[in-house]
Amino acid sequence: MHARADTPTETAASWPEDIFAILQRFDVRQVPYVPDAGHSQLIERVLGASSMRAVPLTTEEEGVALLAGAWAGGQRGVLLMQSSGVGNCVNMLSLTQIFRLPFLTLVTMRGEWGEFNPWQVPMGSSTQAVFELSGIKVLRASHPEEVREVVEAAAGQAYNACTPTAVLLSQRLIGAKVFTK
Amino acid sequence: MSKANLLERRSVVGSLLADRKDAVVVGGLGASTYDIAAAGDHERNFYLWGAMGGAVMIGLGVALAQPDLPVVVITGDGEMLMGMGSLATVGLQKPGNLTIVVLDNEVYGETGGQASHTAATVDLVGVARSCGIADARAIATMAEIEAFAPSMQDVSSGPRFASIKIDSANLERVLSSRDGTFIVNRMRGALGFNPI
Repeated sequence: MHARADTPTETAASWPEDIFAILQRFDVRQVPYVPDAGHSQLIERVLGASSMRAVPLTTEEEGVALLAGAWAGGQRGVLLMQSSGVGNCVNMLSLTQIFRLPFLTLVTMRGEWGEFNPWQVPMGSSTQAVFELSGIKVLRASHPEEVREVVEAAAGQAYNACTPTAVLLSQRLIGAKVFTK
Repeated sequence: MSKANLLERRSVVGSLLADRKDAVVVGGLGASTYDIAAAGDHERNFYLWGAMGGAVMIGLGVALAQPDLPVVVITGDGEMLMGMGSLATVGLQKPGNLTIVVLDNEVYGETGGQASHTAATVDLVGVARSCGIADARAIATMAEIEAFAPSMQDVSSGPRFASIKIDSANLERVLSSRDGTFIVNRMRGALGFNPI
């Protein structure tokens, strides 16, 4: 089991760099997010990218609506969140079907693989089903070496085929959060 | 609060949009969408028939994508209350081309006229201002509407927020298209983007 600290001070992983490169290649311009430790490295890269607009949200459903507006205005986007935020999006996810959006979200998972905090488990356990019930295709990456091809496939079908897609980045990949006193 | 001399919503929206030029207009779920349709269908109208609480964020997405175009969100007090956090998000992004107009009748008119929070306690202008939207105002007269409308064309001095107290009469619905793919693709076409 991998462990991760509360702050992104550890050796940088390479898979967030793979994701960033894919987002750049697909000309992703708006990146709404609710912070998560698992996304911290990618968020830093987005904040430093002149071609991308990072948009911190107060709740995840704002990001779904933002991406609908971005698409209407001619830009692609991606929503970054953790699994606990997926439930906050449910009604707004209807926009992905109503507008046939090129919707892509990258979700860092909690509530699985060595979770310490029981409060994360219910939403983490239903994350995939919630997406699928909402008409979103779900792909998962559990190992660093598969992140690139999974995110590439997800971006391809989201942006080229307007097929709303979520990538679940497993807790096994990002490491279970360590709680110490 | 006095209920006398409240403005009539269709006159307000008609006046706001009379000289809209190239503006994109997003209408919040419910009567606001009917008001925008009543002012005249337009390829840059973005009608919402759902996604309650999402109007401001949709407007923000368009505004960030098209910084040289005026973007106007027109919504109701109930829809705005559901997405109140989006005012904080807008306040952080500060898009110069975004205007948010709330038609505040202090009730949920679509569902039977139940009182909304603005009828008693919530001051949406104060909320907007404290979220970082410095240009936030209450508008009470048609003369103020007419003075405010041209400012929506200024794409560098926003974001701006206006709350307009209107009467709570339920007017005959003016139904816009409710086909989302038509609405979004028509808008994209008007902005020069091809279908996939």
